[in-house]
Amino acid sequence: MGELTLGVFPSLVGSMTLDFSFRLADAAMEKGHKVNMWLSGNAVMMAKKGQKAFKDYSHNEKKMKELMGKGMEITVCEACAEARGYHKEDTPEGMKRASMDWYLAKTVKTDRLLHIGGE
Amino acid sequence: MAAVNLLFVVQRPPYKSENARLALTHAIASQTAEIYMDDGDSVVPIVAFVGDGVLNAVKGQKAMERYGVTSTEMHIKSSLMIDMPIWVCKEDMERLGLKEDQMITHAEELGADLKTKFVSFAEIQKEMEGTNHLLFF
Repeated sequence: MGELTLGVFPSLVGSMTLDFSFRLADAAMEKGHKVNMWLSGNAVMMAKKGQKAFKDYSHNEKKMKELMGKGMEITVCEACAEARGYHKEDTPEGMKRASMDWYLAKTVKTDRLLHIGGE
Repeated sequence: MAAVNLLFVVQRPPYKSENARLALTHAIASQTAEIYMDDGDSVVPIVAFVGDGVLNAVKGQKAMERYGVTSTEMHIKSSLMIDMPIWVCKEDMERLGLKEDQMITHAEELGADLKTKFVSFAEIQKEMEGTNHLLFF
């Protein structure tokens, strides 16, 4: 089985691209692949704890935690988070924060990199 | 041991969104990525500006004066300073009426030897086909 790294940049609310990212990760894991996810730019807000679910907005926190429980590695861009007032204590358990070099380093070993762009 | 080639293709203009800045900051992060890699592994980035993205390489940006933020120009010059190739699509410059003397061509004032390369889209496309990973911003 292979390793897939997703670089995810779209905003939490405003498009369905984040939903797509999690569905793709889920499908890849169902097939037995290892998946890494890098949340950067506006996508870092996905990893802020305490989000409230509304039926008007997509809500991926449950899916994200489920995938983490199955072994998906998620790392959040630390600078992008801090710039948005999202600090270490706001990060859900099991999620890492790192600088952008983490994402670049993942490109070495991963079989496929899929970069899912922002706005 | 592996050297992995990464092509960052920037198609968005500067300042309207964070994309171009994120492309450059991620590419520059290649300098420190080794802390997460095995000995002998490396990443080798190229940043190519295409479409409206060529506007990122216009010189004389006043981002600090106007917005109070570092300019895309500064990031491009920092890239040249660390010998990271910067490519700009010639056809898209022509489409926007941009001449080479309006563009960031070097960062000699920072001690950079590398210069901006103005290339055809065919050359960028060839690199897209040969690179290990392609990152669109």
